Amino acid sequence: MSEEYSLEIVNPEKSFLSKNDVTEVVVPAFEGEIGILKDHISLISFLKPGIIKIFSKSGEESFYVNDGIIEFKDNNLSILTSLILNLKDIDKEKISEVQKSAEEQLNKTDMNDQEKYLLDQKLDVLKSIN
Amino acid sequence: MASLDDLKKRISSVKSTQKITKAMKMVAAAKLRRAQESAEKGRPYSDKMNNIILNLSNGISDIDNAPKLLSGTGEDKVHLCVVMTSDRGLCGGFNTNIIKKAKLYFQKILDEGKTLKIITVGTKGYDQLKRLYGDNIIERISFKESKNINYFDADKVGKIVIEKFEKKEFDVCTIFYNQFKNVITQIPQEQQIIPLKTSEKDENSSEDNYEFEPEEDEILSNLLPKNVSTQIFKAMLENSASEQGSRMSAMDNATRNAGEMVDKLTIEYNRSRQAAITKELIEIISGAESL
Repeated sequence: MSEEYSLEIVNPEKSFLSKNDVTEVVVPAFEGEIGILKDHISLISFLKPGIIKIFSKSGEESFYVNDGIIEFKDNNLSILTSLILNLKDIDKEKISEVQKSAEEQLNKTDMNDQEKYLLDQKLDVLKSIN
Repeated sequence: MASLDDLKKRISSVKSTQKITKAMKMVAAAKLRRAQESAEKGRPYSDKMNNIILNLSNGISDIDNAPKLLSGTGEDKVHLCVVMTSDRGLCGGFNTNIIKKAKLYFQKILDEGKTLKIITVGTKGYDQLKRLYGDNIIERISFKESKNINYFDADKVGKIVIEKFEKKEFDVCTIFYNQFKNVITQIPQEQQIIPLKTSEKDENSSEDNYEFEPEEDEILSNLLPKNVSTQIFKAMLENSASEQGSRMSAMDNATRNAGEMVDKLTIEYNRSRQAAITKELIEIISGAESL
């Protein structure tokens, strides 16, 4: 029995990545990391800034995402995100840029707890990969 | 009749105009291809987003507690219109068509005694609206500096809209843009984005029971603002493809008209040149005869 399912990652500009031989995907969901295997129950959730890990027949890949929504249905996983970067060929400058703007935002006082939490998360992740 | 020199000048001036319009047409054609490509690439995102929201809103049981972005404020007094136009001219009826559509809508709103607020995106729309509706325009945005349409620009517009909605500055939000059909046809569109219209309930959209994490309403209230930006982004992409298409056909027409004009002027020039020669000949012959 095969244990693969298909994955599609789209950002507003284009379809970023599409794979048919994925065995497991670990996503940074809002309430904690979720690992998704084949025949998972239909699921909708949204993401906090973090790392997506994709395990497939052809190897393992990691991506940084800023935010996003995931939908899993009939063994199709869709990830919608506004900013996604491949960790393998990541641009250090780009990371610092994102990090800087996040820090600037954090210094502004007018935000609610949820926003602050998300920004903190973002900085932690960025620091860990930089 | 114009002198030979005048005709010559006119011909050369029309010819140089023709060169410009031809170049513009070529540039627009190249840009159109790119714009069309990115419009197509952008479609999966907004389609998927729509799907998820549809699935989510189907799952919501008590409509009273649904997020305001979905169900509306319950009132229908203040309308916000986002009119999206281009930053550059010389693109045929592109801007005029959107404005025409928008003005019809504005008139309807005002006739019903409701309050109208306008946000213009792109300088041309502002130019055309400021005389009649100058007092209603609350914000004007232009992305003249950005070379390509990108999501972050759309997100900026989206955030402004959301912020105003949260401050209860309006009840209904509609966006105006041109939908790209093909190079010759662009259809001006009005699309209501707040409250979201979920009219297209797909019968075969699965009745699947989704697992939600966190709760549905929380996901929805997170998702809906994003959807506003996504819709605006989609409109911007369609608009840019339409703009280039419209410019291309406008410039194509202009080039052809200039060609016709050059032909006409050349005939006139040759006629008057011949007439002048004939006149001179007659003068010489009659002069010789009289001797």
